[in-house]
Formats: sequence, C-alpha cells, structure tokens
Amino acid sequence: MLYNKTVMDHFRNPRNVGVIEDADGVGEVGNPLCGDMMTIYLKIKDEQIEDIKFQTFGCGSAIAVSSMLTEIAKGKSIEEAKAITNKDVAQALEGLPKNKLHCSNLGADALQLAIKNYEDIRAGIARPEPLRKDEHEHSHGKSCYCPYCDIELTEGATFCEACHSSLEEEH
Amino acid sequence: MKIINLDHISAKPLLPEVKAAMIEAIKKDYHNPASQHKSGEEAAAALENARKSVAALINCEIPKEVVFTSGGTESVNHAVKGVALANAEKGKHIITSNIEHNSVIRSLRRLKSAGFKVTSLSVDASGRVNPADVADAITDETILVSIMHSNNETGTIQPIAEIGKITREKKIIFHTDAVDSAGVVPMDVQALGVDLMSFAANTFYGPTGVGGLYIRRGTRVFPLLDGGVQENNKRAGAENLIGIIGMGKAAEHARTDMDSRLAHLKKLKEKLLDELPNYIDEYIINTHPEFSLPNLVSCSIKYIEGESVMLMLDDDNIAVSTRSACATGSLRASHVLLSLGLSHADAQGTLVISFGIDNTEADIQAFLDSLKNVVTTLRDISPLYAKASKR
Repeated sequence: MLYNKTVMDHFRNPRNVGVIEDADGVGEVGNPLCGDMMTIYLKIKDEQIEDIKFQTFGCGSAIAVSSMLTEIAKGKSIEEAKAITNKDVAQALEGLPKNKLHCSNLGADALQLAIKNYEDIRAGIARPEPLRKDEHEHSHGKSCYCPYCDIELTEGATFCEACHSSLEEEH
Repeated sequence: MKIINLDHISAKPLLPEVKAAMIEAIKKDYHNPASQHKSGEEAAAALENARKSVAALINCEIPKEVVFTSGGTESVNHAVKGVALANAEKGKHIITSNIEHNSVIRSLRRLKSAGFKVTSLSVDASGRVNPADVADAITDETILVSIMHSNNETGTIQPIAEIGKITREKKIIFHTDAVDSAGVVPMDVQALGVDLMSFAANTFYGPTGVGGLYIRRGTRVFPLLDGGVQENNKRAGAENLIGIIGMGKAAEHARTDMDSRLAHLKKLKEKLLDELPNYIDEYIINTHPEFSLPNLVSCSIKYIEGESVMLMLDDDNIAVSTRSACATGSLRASHVLLSLGLSHADAQGTLVISFGIDNTEADIQAFLDSLKNVVTTLRDISPLYAKASKR
C-alpha cells in the first residue's frame, strides 16, 4: 500500500467534509492542472475557529490532508491557526510518499487564504469571489526528478548523474 | 478474499496450461539451446517449437523472423533503436504518433540527442492517426515509421494496414507496437504490411518477462544486445527457455481460442458500456466505438480524481487502473488523454477498466454497483462538482 494507516483512515472517513453556507472566510487553492483543488470554509467566533469544512478534488493524499488539516485547525485561535504549516499536516498524517508531499501544501495554503479572506472582510475589503491561488509551491522546492530514472536531480543539472540522460528538454 | 481483476492491462493471470508447461520445462532441466550436443539439441527443439507457435499467432510464415526478447519494452527498444542505428547513413528522420507508449517515446528521445529528427503526428478526437498525415510527413530522409497497433490507455486501434500500404510503396521500414493487441485480436503481419512488430507474452496469458519481435526478412536492424549468436544473431544471450516455452503454449491457446475469447470479451464490454449510464452520469468514453480492443474501456468521470476512485474500488476488492497524474507518479496528465483533447480535470478522472477471459458478467455488475457509490461519495467532496451543480 502506498499510504500509511492514518492517511488511509482520513481518506476513507474524511472529517469535516462540506460547505459552510454563511462562512466568515473562504480559501481556494490548486487547479486541475496540478491535480488537486481544495476549498476551505471557516466559521469564526471570538477570534476562534468554531467550525471548519472542506471540499477537495484530488487523490487519496489530498483528501487525507484536507481532513487532517481541518482536525488540527478546529477550535484553534486565529493566531494559532496562522502558525499551522504544511509540515505540521504531513507530520500529523505520519508521513506521505515522496511524490505526494506536494499535496500537503494545498492544505495549509487553503487555510491561510481562508483566514486572509476573513480578515479582509472584517477590515471592510469586499471581494466578489473567494480568495484563490492557482499555483502552489511544490514542497520539494526546486528539486526535480529525472524523467528516465526518477532520481532526484540537483538544481540546474544538464544531465542525470545516475543514468547519464541528457536533460536539456526536460529540466 | 476474492479480488475482481479489472486491470488486465497491467497483469493477466497465467493460463493453467501455461503453468503446467512451464513447470514441466523446469523439471526437464533443459541445457543451452546453443550447445551442439544431445542435451543442447533437445533444448533447441523446444525453443524452435515455441517459435513456431508464436509465429503462427501473427501469421508469420518464416518462424525465424520471430526473435524472443525479455518483453514488450525490449522489443520496442530493439525495433526503434536498431532500425535507426542500422539505417542512419540513409537518413535520420523518424515518424511516430503523439500517443505512443513511453518505450517508443523515450527511445526516440534518446535518438534525438544522437541527432535523429522525429515527427510526431497528432491523432483526431477519436484517438486515431490519419494515414494521409503519415504520407505527408515522409521525406527523403525518413527511415522509420513507428505507430502503435492499439493504445494501452484507450484501447483504440490504429489504421495499421492503411499506413503499411504507404510505407511499402515508399520503401520505408514500418514498426508497430502491438504489445496490447497481439494474442487479443487476430494479428497478421502480411495483411498489416509491417516490417517489425513488438509483442509480449503476458498479453495472451503467458508469463511476464518474455516477448517477441517480428523482423521481416531483409529488414536492416541492429541488435540491441551484442554478444553471442543466439536468435539468429539478432539478440545475444542465452534464451529464457522456460519463459519462452510458456509463451509458446500461451500462443497456441490464443490462436485456437481466439474466436471464443473475442465473443466472451465483447459481451463483457457491451454490458459495461450499455449499463454504465444507469449507474453514473457525466462521463466521457475515450475508447473508439468501432476500432478498439474488445477487452478495455477508458472512461473519464467528471469532477473526481482517478486515484481516489481506484483506492475506493480497491476497498471493495475491485482492481482497476487510473490514468490520473497523481497515481502515475509523474504528476503530469497523461499525454495520450491530452492528445485526445481532454481537459486536465477530465484526464485526472480517467479509469481504465480492462477485463480478461477469467472475468464474468457478475464481475462487471459488481464493478458497476461499487462505482456508483464511489462516484457519489467523491462528488459529494468535490468542489468542482459543487460548482457544476450550482450552474
């Protein structure tokens, strides 16, 4: 199995799925090009996340990340929630496969956007559409993988040291 | 726990007769077919017997034209690189299509870095290459046309015989990757007009790790593996005789049972396609309605992602394959599905359901029942579905 038990549990029984119709903050990240899309809805009371819900289009990992993120964020103060990172979510899930780590970036990004949206509304900045972010940083940052042998490549490499393939087109 | 295998494109079970033949072969402790003593000759006889069976499956009249390999990938690499290197002084131009398997694409990419030029033809919305495009792409420099017989992601069959007429007239070497076709649908290297054909044993319930490359007599092609004189100097290294004996047995059955297998598979495919609309809505069938394999259906289900569908079906003990970028590890959408004009989102929701002679109509029914629940569950979570239903 590609995923560990915790990930599979959150994938099979995702917590906090759905929409909050009168949400105080909404954040959307991703696009189908990246493979995943996620929307986070917040209900805030006394500067605390009273309720949080999500909708996700994506793989098992993206759904599990969404579910775990909502579990971590629920009940937290806005300030505490702002400190939640993608790493926290991945750690709470007890790890994700290497090539799935980028999915974990969606979760915290969507949460931070939803908080920003809440703060904007409170400050009187009206937006017709929920805040969204099309591209997310891949968590392996600038590292790429060789298209021939899948070995991690150093930045700017022109050939793969493992299999000696030329990378001019790919990299 | 019974697993319903609807992922035959990834692996097919060995026929019981194939297993028996291979076990028998192991017990016999065959010697090296290249040795000239009695033990060697016995092994050589078993090897040539298997070669005859495999040759007959593709209507190859001269069994020596079949070279045994380690599988489809090696056959394709041998054909593409072997022809390119052997004919480089004539020209360095190769024609292919946008929907080939990675074994073709990456072989050609390797050749490009050695100075070869590649024209990659697009397919129409139904997933087929237009033979006229092949004719138009041919230049004085063209040495090879390589177009797959059927596509492993959509099951769509290409107009190989029409392309074969063009390449024969222009005297250009023609290779077809028939790894998903040979042994499933009738295959005739004479009628198709191909000079090389790649195929694999597991496609017709033989072992993995064994394949074949048909090389028409007189075709200039270098070996991929240099060394000894095995396989008529075309593929060095002592043959995988146990696997080859399994392939020969599988080929015999594929040939004699071809009609009954086709009838069975067509019935399953019809049931799936006819009943699918009663279970789910908003999907796209990527498989050609007329020119396609009898054992594969590619279906893009809107608003949900394929890996999630695959994992949930797996919970119900049903194995399917997905072409979602997330599941393939490349994190890129399938080049085949994008070539058909699918959006990234639709490509992400693509399932490949491939069945075999071991499946029953009850298996298809179990899949339909499970799929209905899975699609509902995942669409309830999906922001894309929520947006689409609001419109």
